[in-house]
Amino acid sequence: MDYLTILQILDSTVRLATPLLLTCLAGLFSERAGIVDIGLEGKLLGAAFLAGAVAYVTGNIWLGTLAGIGASVLLSLLHGVASITFRGDQLISGVAINFLAAGLTVVIGQAWFKLGGRTPSLPREARFGDITLPFADQIADVPLIGPLYAELLSGHTALTYVALAAVPLSWWVLYRTRFGLRLRAVGENPGAVDTAGISVVKLRYQAILIAGVLCGLGGSFLASLAAGFVKDMSAGRGYIALAALIFAKWKPYPALGATLLFGLLEAIGNRYQSIKLGDITIPVQLMQALPYILTVVILAGFIGKAIPPRAGGQAYVKER
Amino acid sequence: MVTRTAEGRQETAASFAPAPTVPYAIELKGISKSFGPVQANKNIAIKVAKGTIHGIIGENGAGKSTLMSILYGFYKADSGVIEIDGKRVNITDSSSAIAAGIGMVFQHFKLVENFTVLENIILGAEDGPLLRPSLSKARKLLRELSDEYELSVDPDALVENLSVGHQQRVEILKALYRQADILILDEPTGVLTPAEADHLFRILEGLKTQGKTIILITHKLREIMEVTDNVSVMRRGEMVATVKTADSSAEELAELMVGRKVLLQVEKTPAVPQDVVLDIKGLRVVDGHGVERLRGIDLHLRAGEILGIAGVAGNGQTELLEVLGGYMAASGEILMQGAPLDLSGDASDGQTRRARGIAHVPEDRHDEGLILDFPAWENVCFGYHGDPKYQKNALFMDHKAIRDDAKGKIERFDIRPANCDTPAKSFSGGNQQKIVLAREIEREPALLLIGQPTRGVDIGAIEFIHQQIVALRDRGAAILLVSVELDEIMSLSDRIAVMFDGRIMGEKLPQETNERELGLMMAGMSTPQKDA
Repeated sequence: MDYLTILQILDSTVRLATPLLLTCLAGLFSERAGIVDIGLEGKLLGAAFLAGAVAYVTGNIWLGTLAGIGASVLLSLLHGVASITFRGDQLISGVAINFLAAGLTVVIGQAWFKLGGRTPSLPREARFGDITLPFADQIADVPLIGPLYAELLSGHTALTYVALAAVPLSWWVLYRTRFGLRLRAVGENPGAVDTAGISVVKLRYQAILIAGVLCGLGGSFLASLAAGFVKDMSAGRGYIALAALIFAKWKPYPALGATLLFGLLEAIGNRYQSIKLGDITIPVQLMQALPYILTVVILAGFIGKAIPPRAGGQAYVKER
Repeated sequence: MVTRTAEGRQETAASFAPAPTVPYAIELKGISKSFGPVQANKNIAIKVAKGTIHGIIGENGAGKSTLMSILYGFYKADSGVIEIDGKRVNITDSSSAIAAGIGMVFQHFKLVENFTVLENIILGAEDGPLLRPSLSKARKLLRELSDEYELSVDPDALVENLSVGHQQRVEILKALYRQADILILDEPTGVLTPAEADHLFRILEGLKTQGKTIILITHKLREIMEVTDNVSVMRRGEMVATVKTADSSAEELAELMVGRKVLLQVEKTPAVPQDVVLDIKGLRVVDGHGVERLRGIDLHLRAGEILGIAGVAGNGQTELLEVLGGYMAASGEILMQGAPLDLSGDASDGQTRRARGIAHVPEDRHDEGLILDFPAWENVCFGYHGDPKYQKNALFMDHKAIRDDAKGKIERFDIRPANCDTPAKSFSGGNQQKIVLAREIEREPALLLIGQPTRGVDIGAIEFIHQQIVALRDRGAAILLVSVELDEIMSLSDRIAVMFDGRIMGEKLPQETNERELGLMMAGMSTPQKDA
């Protein structure tokens, strides 16, 4: 395995980790506010569909992204109305959103495009273009650093850079601002927030709106990457992001690490269709299943003890 | 009355007016609040003078908490007026209460456990969108306040690592940071050691000297008598009296609370201890996290005596009761009437313990003593299902026999409502406890384990429960009493053992000790010093 191959795998890692990272951060904001968000998968799918559809019709991926965000935020609000306003069970409302998105995208897709639930392929100009960072071409020939910069760091779409920038930004918001303090507090002890004279309901809605926007970006990225929407194209990425969130112990920087790890596994699975170890051939299916296997391992609690936000999953009922 | 001040101008002003009217810190007029058919507050009127400590007492369900919740904006009163400093205010939520200068220290603290002290203090009272300026301002203010009022806490400590007493200080500091002039404390000493409680009262005195008004809600008459200037008594949603504490007595207040004369002292004759019933040797318990909860307990208990276990909650008393009750494994040895008890946790359970003559009134009657959704008559036979008198034949239980038994118990223990079909959850705390007590005591056990017998129980029912315990002792039973209420331990026990951190710190006779000495032992100091 030479240097360039490694760089190509890592490059693909970053690409594949982008939607995971955006979705994971979405879950982070929601769960840190005490709203368990199992509906990430559905929001991702809904966003991918509407982003793909609008991008195809308008020919503009940015309009598509806006539509994707709209779809995701709408589903977030549905989750909010059910679980915050009416104090329903957050898990059930999240699962409902997943089913809703899985069904609606196909039905509406069929009604609009008559292609069996998928959108037509997006032409190149209706997708995100790669951004070449300054001087990438000039220093590409510099040994070691050149390819690293040109191959790995440069040449991603705008949303990848947005996702990467969202990590420190999320950290700063959570730990350095008034909003972040209150958000973290409402996920730990909403009673403390309420008695301090702050509206628990408002804070939690703000949190899920942020989650909706981030998830919408993730879905739009998927639509652009796959050049259109295909039935069930999120392929469990919402759940993988959730697993990454647990692995990251609900913290922004570890979330980056966790999603990169999942991205790496996916990248390896994509590149090496089968690996020969002596006489044994590892089948391609196993390679592609790697991210899902890791998800199971993490969710089964094999990796350390992750303490979730204490008030997670509970609707807040005013009491003395 | 004209108060003489340094400034002559005020004096002249006072001489013009017939009497200087200092507005009350709080004045409530005609506050009423109903929850469905239940009227929790009926036309409440109360005046709290500025710079005083004003106590509010009443039994459970008397409406104290509802009233304070209205004052702190948790509930909206159906009718009535709230005046702060003579000005009518409209309190719609907690933030308007805070704006009106009211701070509240809840019985169950409203703190974010994995936040630092500083973060908890500024939460909701930040100066701007960024935290840094607020944090440094709070740090400075915290230093001033801790010097002024003995309110020292480490600003950077995580709240979950603080003792309960310190957590309570954080709550007080939170209120002071919001510039509260009126501080409401709801049952503040329930979780404190006597020394911590004394410290709290010193803090409150200091705040009072600075002109703050303090409302103290408690059911402990002794605290009311010690620290308050005035006291208001509530009964069944009504304000029955407001008196100057100095002009009243504990007996009078108790009578006002209950509506009839109450014996505050338990009447009992000296114990006549007989043979040793229970002998505990080197008892150890290690919990699931590998923490040793009991570290070698040695105790013995004779027939006809009450051994009181004093201690702050969480020092191993619960584990001791659970081992004896048969649902926790332990090592060491326990002899019950000379024969060893199984401590493996495998072959032991409540049933086999009961067969050995051990009855158990558990600490938590909701989780362990009753099945709340089941009717009283079923609850009355739990744990004694195997009793032949409850069986119709080999297959079926005799419901009529159980119901008759339940009816008898309801009558003898004066359980209200006197309806054995009422689900356990619909009884008041005191009556629930009487159901458990009736079930266990009427078995005439050789040993009664009883944990927190009067937690959440009204003062009238407390008197009855104490009488029943003493009567059982006089009939020759050995009684192991665990309570965090030192008053209760002092008045019921024939011998007192103090537990701290899984150990017995020592034994005392109630007539030869006092709360101060026991309090120091409860805090882990085995040799009380002259001036600690």
